Amino acid sequence: MKIEFEHRQAAHCENGVTAGLLRYYGIDLSEPMVFGTGSGIFFSHMVFIRVNEMAVTSFRVWPGVIFKRVTKRFGVSIKWRKFRDPDKAMQALDSLLARGIPVGMLVGVFNLPYFPKEYRFHFNAHNITVIGKEGDKYLISDPVTENVESLTYDELKKVRFAKGTVPPKGRMYYVTSMPEKFDLKSAIIKGIRKTANDMINIPLPMFGVKGIRYLAGKMREWPSKLGDRSAVMNLGQVIRMLEEIGTGGAGFRFIYAAFLQESARVLQLPVLDELSVEMTGAGDRWREFAWQASRCFKNRDNGEITYDMLADILLDIAAREERVFRQLGQLKFT
Amino acid sequence: MKVSEVPQDKGYLIEGRISDLNYAIDNDGRYTSRQSRGWKPKNEAIKFAWDQVYEHAGKLRQQILDGILSPIALYMELNLMDISILAGYTGISKRKVRKHLRMKEFLKLPKEMIDRYAEALNITAEDLVNIGKIREFKYED
Repeated sequence: MKIEFEHRQAAHCENGVTAGLLRYYGIDLSEPMVFGTGSGIFFSHMVFIRVNEMAVTSFRVWPGVIFKRVTKRFGVSIKWRKFRDPDKAMQALDSLLARGIPVGMLVGVFNLPYFPKEYRFHFNAHNITVIGKEGDKYLISDPVTENVESLTYDELKKVRFAKGTVPPKGRMYYVTSMPEKFDLKSAIIKGIRKTANDMINIPLPMFGVKGIRYLAGKMREWPSKLGDRSAVMNLGQVIRMLEEIGTGGAGFRFIYAAFLQESARVLQLPVLDELSVEMTGAGDRWREFAWQASRCFKNRDNGEITYDMLADILLDIAAREERVFRQLGQLKFT
Repeated sequence: MKVSEVPQDKGYLIEGRISDLNYAIDNDGRYTSRQSRGWKPKNEAIKFAWDQVYEHAGKLRQQILDGILSPIALYMELNLMDISILAGYTGISKRKVRKHLRMKEFLKLPKEMIDRYAEALNITAEDLVNIGKIREFKYED
């Protein structure tokens, strides 16, 4: 059986799953609106979390946070479950599907058969929605795919119980009740305030706008501290995280700019249009950063692009983002 | 980024199946979304990462042929796994996985353990114990 669930592609998996579930129950929000009201944009360079033995750089909030904030701000009740026993996790899913409930879940991407092999790595916070079961096949609305995909029982079980950094442990979530009415304006304002605060005021160097400067500082030291080879690998890791499938980093800046533009209309606040333009500028600089950094791989030895130059671009990005988020933090909403 | 700048550099995405949705501005300055088939810098970063993996795998291959390391080491690398991830997928303790990376210990493994490793490493048990496969392994650019 298949639930009448509209599959829509999204730039980012968690936005996509959140928007899809809410739309199914009658709240139709664009992907940027989900991202903005969920305060999804962020930056962190976390030297204490390692993937492939290198620091993790993230361009958005911790996985699951967008979903939690959006559902809270719109008054949607959610049930979260996690499991120790994989077969029980599958039984619980089956019984929800039998009741016609679409189920969001966290999975690892490494063993997802429809993912391009080259894109696979042990990333365990990918979100998909299971929207039905036909025979042995589960129907999957994956925000990065163009159409509905399917997975067998064993395939789905394997990705739900992927291993590695932050294993999903069969985590799944579904809507248990919807609000009678919701306040889009208030959700936007709360979303903006939270983001502005987190980007500017977290008193740790790895987070928010400070985190971008922190990465710039680290990057300058890579060649002397780690050696050329390891420096290039670290840079490669940043770029892959910046532009990973469904989690694109510069992409997040553009999604946020789209959110500001949409919010300018909803709130009748033209200043948000101006900030949207500035945010687009920051996104363009992130793209330039990726472009220049990628030249490091091609001409690894001729030293045309130095880590100092890349770090300088990061400082410019930090300055641009700081302007946007400070202004957002000072906005007076009536 | 303008809609006309949304990159269409073919790489590893699968046409008609997986693409990157990008948000970009149209001629009137309004945001809209467009599918991208890939972007050169990203494709290069991916290729670079795999080059590193294969380069390392080539070194492991030699150590396996020299009888020092077991084939698990090579397939672990190709699956981008470390000892802890492999231990997770097999349910075998990290200490034992580390031990089984040595050829001497690998040769003593019972069929049941080989099966568990093979499943976790996404290959058949026959391939895992086939040293010919290791000899044939080479990096394809």
